[in-house]
Amino acid sequence: MSDSWLIKGAQVAGLGAADLLLAGGTITAVGAGVSEAGAQVLDASGLIALPGLVDLHTHLREPGREDAETVETGTRAAALGGFTAVHAMANTEPVADTAGVVEQVWRLGRAAGYCDVQPVGAVTAGLAGTRLAELGTMADSAAHVRVFSDDGRCVADPLLMRRALEYVKAFDGVIAQHAQDPRLTEGAQLNEGEISGRLGLAGWPAVAEEAMIARDCLLAAHVGSALHVCHVSTAGSAEIVRWAKSKGWPVTAEVTPHHLLLTDELAVGYDPVFKVNPPLRTAADVAELRRALADGTIDCVATDHAPHPVEAKETEWSEAAFGMTGLETALRVVQQAMVDTGLLDWAGVADRMSVRPARIGRLTGQGAPLAVGGPANLTLYDPAAPAEPVSAAGASKSRNTPFAGMALPGRVVATFLRGTPTVLDGKLA
Amino acid sequence: MGATGHPVAGRDGLAVLDAEEIRRALTRIAHEILERTHGGDGVVLLGIPTRGVPLARRLAARIGEFEGVEVPCGSLDVTMHRDDLRLRPARALGRTDLPPSGIDGKTVVLVDDVLYSGRTVRAALDALTDLGRPRAVQLAVLVDRGHRELPIRADYVGKNLPTSQREVVHVLLAEIDAQDAVMISDEGRPS
Amino acid sequence: MKRHLISAADLSRGDALLILDTAEELASLADRPIKKLPTLRGRTVVNLFFEDSTRTRISFEAAAKRLSADVINFSAKGSSVAKGESLKDTALTLEAMGADAVVIRHSASGAAHRLAGWVRGSVVNAGDGTHEHPTQALLDAFTIRRRLKGATARGTALDGIRVTIVGDVLHSRVARSNVLLLSTLGAEVTLAAPPTLLPLAVDTWPCAVSYDLDSELPKSDVVMMLRVQQERMTAAYFPSVREYSRRYGMDTARMAKMPDHAIVMHPGPMNRGVEIAAEVADSVRSTIVEQVANGVTTRMAVLYLLLGGTEFPEVAP
Repeated sequence: MSDSWLIKGAQVAGLGAADLLLAGGTITAVGAGVSEAGAQVLDASGLIALPGLVDLHTHLREPGREDAETVETGTRAAALGGFTAVHAMANTEPVADTAGVVEQVWRLGRAAGYCDVQPVGAVTAGLAGTRLAELGTMADSAAHVRVFSDDGRCVADPLLMRRALEYVKAFDGVIAQHAQDPRLTEGAQLNEGEISGRLGLAGWPAVAEEAMIARDCLLAAHVGSALHVCHVSTAGSAEIVRWAKSKGWPVTAEVTPHHLLLTDELAVGYDPVFKVNPPLRTAADVAELRRALADGTIDCVATDHAPHPVEAKETEWSEAAFGMTGLETALRVVQQAMVDTGLLDWAGVADRMSVRPARIGRLTGQGAPLAVGGPANLTLYDPAAPAEPVSAAGASKSRNTPFAGMALPGRVVATFLRGTPTVLDGKLA
Repeated sequence: MGATGHPVAGRDGLAVLDAEEIRRALTRIAHEILERTHGGDGVVLLGIPTRGVPLARRLAARIGEFEGVEVPCGSLDVTMHRDDLRLRPARALGRTDLPPSGIDGKTVVLVDDVLYSGRTVRAALDALTDLGRPRAVQLAVLVDRGHRELPIRADYVGKNLPTSQREVVHVLLAEIDAQDAVMISDEGRPS
Repeated sequence: MKRHLISAADLSRGDALLILDTAEELASLADRPIKKLPTLRGRTVVNLFFEDSTRTRISFEAAAKRLSADVINFSAKGSSVAKGESLKDTALTLEAMGADAVVIRHSASGAAHRLAGWVRGSVVNAGDGTHEHPTQALLDAFTIRRRLKGATARGTALDGIRVTIVGDVLHSRVARSNVLLLSTLGAEVTLAAPPTLLPLAVDTWPCAVSYDLDSELPKSDVVMMLRVQQERMTAAYFPSVREYSRRYGMDTARMAKMPDHAIVMHPGPMNRGVEIAAEVADSVRSTIVEQVANGVTTRMAVLYLLLGGTEFPEVAP
């Protein structure tokens, strides 16, 4: 049996039902009536074919917090979610602020083989926010780092943020900011609003995110360098990004699946599975974020997959860790929030979850539209699968999904990484 | 049963005592109390809520009429001392109102509308013990319907009413129910 | 009544009146030679206090013992994480001990909610972080009713009574519970505080808001002072203790602006000289001492109503 695959009858954007032939790591034929003797055949009638999804924002926790997740378990979860590439954030232990750590993470990803792992480098040494990390060395390393982020923390010092933006111009890097003014959010637990006041939990005001984004957009424009805004969570933030883009400034932005679907109302039972940074906001914010993703103001969906061990979440709210898992449910949430509501079609999903994230991450070989000669990275998704309640037990080591028990539509059927299936029939291949 | 209407045979049961008979029974009990306590000397009447309370007041009034004696009168709620609390959701408490002269060294006459299993009276005795030390405790009831589950007996009885345990006895008093009557029926009335 | 008392919002008007009237009956217990009732004999009440509070713990202990319940005191200082044992493990230990009710005081908002998910008995919230302290609100309502209505109090609510709550509302669990309970009982509640000490969405609460204490005093039947912590000054909630006292402190001059019948309350412990002057605290208008006594009777009423009847059916909280 050869290594080539013939995908029959999938819905390809712009073509309708089409066959795809994957051989030698590339797409060698696209169209109707493709045949190839010896190729393994996958009947994809009724399935949507998307270029392999690319996540700009994942926490794989290795090195340092392998009790929550490893590169192996995290990339398995990614493959099951339809991802062929993930960007691994730098807030590991030790922090990914040297060539040594980023190369280690990169190699672990290659060894596991479930999807491409592109390490993100820290902006500041140790995420301490006082001096720049060795950005150039990380860029030149085998891990070929282009995206830099202190995510988990905000680069709050305006001078340092300016320097970072300027410095990465030398190697076409991009600074991805976790926008959170630390002084306005000391001890913050939940979106500042009616619910936080009622529950007696310290509020995380929207302005702490919006003011920081506005500052960073102006800095990026001033020095002419690329800014990417992580996990936009408020209507005001989306408006500021829209304004910056209208000026032609080099700003991109991402939104998480959970911010497209969930609100702070869920905190009412004090279950910390809903505790996340930035916090869940109001229904008005959710509506505006959906609109902004639909019109392209927000460029992409990024999961901010943040696994945590049980003890970090099975405790009082104020003691619990911030974060939700998201790799395995991302596409289903996007279908519920964006496609089934008529805001985005599947071509739009391909753009927001594969093409644009790969472009922002400066990834070659990923995020390419499904066409002859392109890399054979693709995802086959069944949007008509009956809505099944999400199980907390998945491929990720951690169970902290806010969607547990929630019925979400759709199912990832298969994922191909450079022509090799990582997922077949919804299970790891 | 309408508060203003006459009892309707069949719906609320059969009337076994009417207002006139109740009046006579209470008069008799008042005289009996006076006889057995040497003219009401050191007597305190304590009604058990709900309907024992107006009965106690009526007895105190009669004793005052017949003999010109002021018999102190009050109420004793027994809810907290009941042995069947765990069978129903926690219930509201009735008023406990002891007369200023207290109960130490007195002859306390407990007054209730119906004597049945005897458990209410047992609870009343326990409640009394925590409040003081009467010289003696006696019991006056309007109706004794039998079926005692404890060794308790009444000193003064308005009417002995043989009943089956399937039946329910309702005592209606003007102060609460706008009329005086004792009814028997087969269904329960929420208390 | 529901199985747990975690928030004042758990109580309907009928529930609240039942508690107040039951407390009214139980109040006379203090005057009797035997200050004990057998009602909760054989039941176990656990005081699970993660925060230091001798006053509240003793109040619950006295309440439980007067009803003949067995009391177990579990004092666990500091957060569960600092101590090493998680709140969940502590809860499972209590289950194994057969606690019929757990009274919990904790520094984290929502701790009582979480505990209720892990134990089968009734959970009474004795103060969780800055969220709520429902038994404090109940004893405050009981105190108001007794003081302002005296002998006619029984069976009545607080309709039309005007209550002004003064101070650090943002961080006050007492304020949250009182706003909920007092408005359930029909009182008109006004919060008087600097804007920095009011929650952002306070306009959604069932009460009025004023930044000017002096204008509220002549219209108040009750003025309830909240404790203000000195630490709030370093976090820039107000510029200085002196300015706070000047604008929001209760002194004899302010007390004179209140109507003759009006009372001054404080949940304790007091910062004498900050939010309340010594002369006010010791004056005849102040209910501070009787609030303590009323705390025991109100808590007896709560424990009786939660534990004195049938076991609650096994429903998820």
